Amino acid sequence: MTQCPAIQIENCQFRYHPDSDKALLQIAHLRVEKGETVFVYGPSGSGKSTLLNLLAGILLPQQGNISLDNVIVNRLSHRKRDAFRARHIGMVFQRFNLIPYLTVADNIKLASHFSLRDKQYLQQRRDGLLNALQLDPEILMRPASQLSVGQQQRVAIVRALINEPELLIVDEPTSALDSDARDSFVDLLLDQIKAAQATLLFVSHDRSLARHFSRQLDIQSFVDAGENHAV
Amino acid sequence: MLFKLAWKSLLARRVSVLLTILMMTVSIFVLLSVETIRYQAKDSFTKTVSGVDLIVGARTGQVNLLLYSVFHIGVPTNNVSWQSYQEFATNPSVAWSIPISLGDSHRGYRVVGTSTDFFEFFRFGNKQTLTFQHGKAFNEHFDAVIGSEVAKQLGYQVDDAIVLAHGIASTSFSKHDDHPFKITGILAPTGTPVDQSVYVSLQGIEAIHFNWQGGVRMPDTATPELEDLQPETITAFMLGLNSRIQTFNLQRQINEYRQEPLQAILPGATLMSLWSMLSSVEQILLLIASLVLLGALIGMANMLLVSMRERRHELSVLRALGYRPGFLFALLQIEALLISLAAAISAFISLQLSMYVLKDWLLQEYGILLTRLSIINEFLFMLPIVLIASFLVALIPAISAYRQGLHQQLNL
Repeated sequence: MTQCPAIQIENCQFRYHPDSDKALLQIAHLRVEKGETVFVYGPSGSGKSTLLNLLAGILLPQQGNISLDNVIVNRLSHRKRDAFRARHIGMVFQRFNLIPYLTVADNIKLASHFSLRDKQYLQQRRDGLLNALQLDPEILMRPASQLSVGQQQRVAIVRALINEPELLIVDEPTSALDSDARDSFVDLLLDQIKAAQATLLFVSHDRSLARHFSRQLDIQSFVDAGENHAV
Repeated sequence: MLFKLAWKSLLARRVSVLLTILMMTVSIFVLLSVETIRYQAKDSFTKTVSGVDLIVGARTGQVNLLLYSVFHIGVPTNNVSWQSYQEFATNPSVAWSIPISLGDSHRGYRVVGTSTDFFEFFRFGNKQTLTFQHGKAFNEHFDAVIGSEVAKQLGYQVDDAIVLAHGIASTSFSKHDDHPFKITGILAPTGTPVDQSVYVSLQGIEAIHFNWQGGVRMPDTATPELEDLQPETITAFMLGLNSRIQTFNLQRQINEYRQEPLQAILPGATLMSLWSMLSSVEQILLLIASLVLLGALIGMANMLLVSMRERRHELSVLRALGYRPGFLFALLQIEALLISLAAAISAFISLQLSMYVLKDWLLQEYGILLTRLSIINEFLFMLPIVLIASFLVALIPAISAYRQGLHQQLNL
């Protein structure tokens, strides 16, 4: 039996308004295998966010299917899409990942709340991730608003990985970091992806980072690709 | 998780949240006090007399008879003869009777001539009897019993001597200073006009008027004989019946009495109809209090709605983590609920505190008896109304959060 792909997109078409030609995303075929680390690049406003929202099940394509681990996400109900996202997809954004008035521990609990694992297991996993991302366990009790941007982004990765998701989607996580911190952040992230045997989709406009990843994807090949109209 | 999140998020915005709670507290305080005083005023008013089945006086308006016989307001148009009183007091269906004779005063307080049956049978509130704070009922002709308010305001004690004045003006030139009365008892506070009255025996009233004709004292002062002190007329009388079933029967008999034009009224029903004449005022008060609450609720909804803008990222993070739009709805509703609950509880506590301070003043000035229990009851009655109103108004920010959760994309 061949391994099922982490992401499979077929004949997918999305536009914000049914009558407008703007922000159109068309993907005739995209397949990402498990364990791949994909670097998605393109200028801002080119549809990267749209792709992320389609994968996360927040936006639905007007045509075609998006499968994650053989689950056709766009065919799930609202409720099931939210539950699927909670257990199978980890997300890290550019900034504002943490709820500022909650402690780091509570921020992580927001995600592990959905886990089916027992408390002790989750605690061990959390502490392991904190250690791997070079975070002092002492920060657990601090409110997120007191952390540096770099610390916040690393806590966001701990939280995104706590439920052992198959897919991690990361959107410009390094844009708020200086270039030294940027490379070490990406290294830490990739180590964790490898350890978790997860698939990574790393979105950025900064192509100097591309060399870290196993595959590169130009988002513009999906935009205005007029000839690939769906069947 | 939901509760913790709501709580921590309120704490994080504590200044605007505290101001909102303060605003809600003031409005709930107003509503709660208006409701409590309204209810208590009605309650103490309609229970000024209880356990009295009929009040009988000369033929006049129902309310007028009630006003002068119970509240000692206004002037009776006519008197009732002693014979008529005796006739009905000895009626087989009558259990007890209290005669009332008005017309004199002591430093602005009305003097009521009556019998010792008054202390035994008169009931107010929830069928409470009169009790003596100090001393005992009158015994001699020139004994007097005073209400608690009279004692407090004029600083009287048992065994003090007082002089009655003819007529009801507070500064009367014709005083019964030849016959001073001795205070034998002071009644406990009742919150009714009893507190502001001086009670003497009918014979005492007769004795001080013995040599008077047409409101002036005659020069020759002869000592009255005991048999001469039988009053010829009284102002009104109260009746208690053996069985309440006989009330309407006896009322008809009295109203159709041939010897003298008399009128009998049911005090409870007349008190209620008098109160309903005043009820538009209480309804306007209630309306104003409700509008104040509505204003505060809209203020709270606005605060939550404005906070949504600064919490856009927060809601987006929750969505990304897999929380459903319904969770955001519940989060906003719980925040509103916590604010309303905090405001209701602090309004309740401040009302308890101010009641502790104002209790005596309310009882003295308005005869309104506030009890801890009545405020608790009112609070338990108002709390669900406030919470439901808060839920309804908080639907605006909560639905807005729900829709935001449903449509907003995750691009931070």
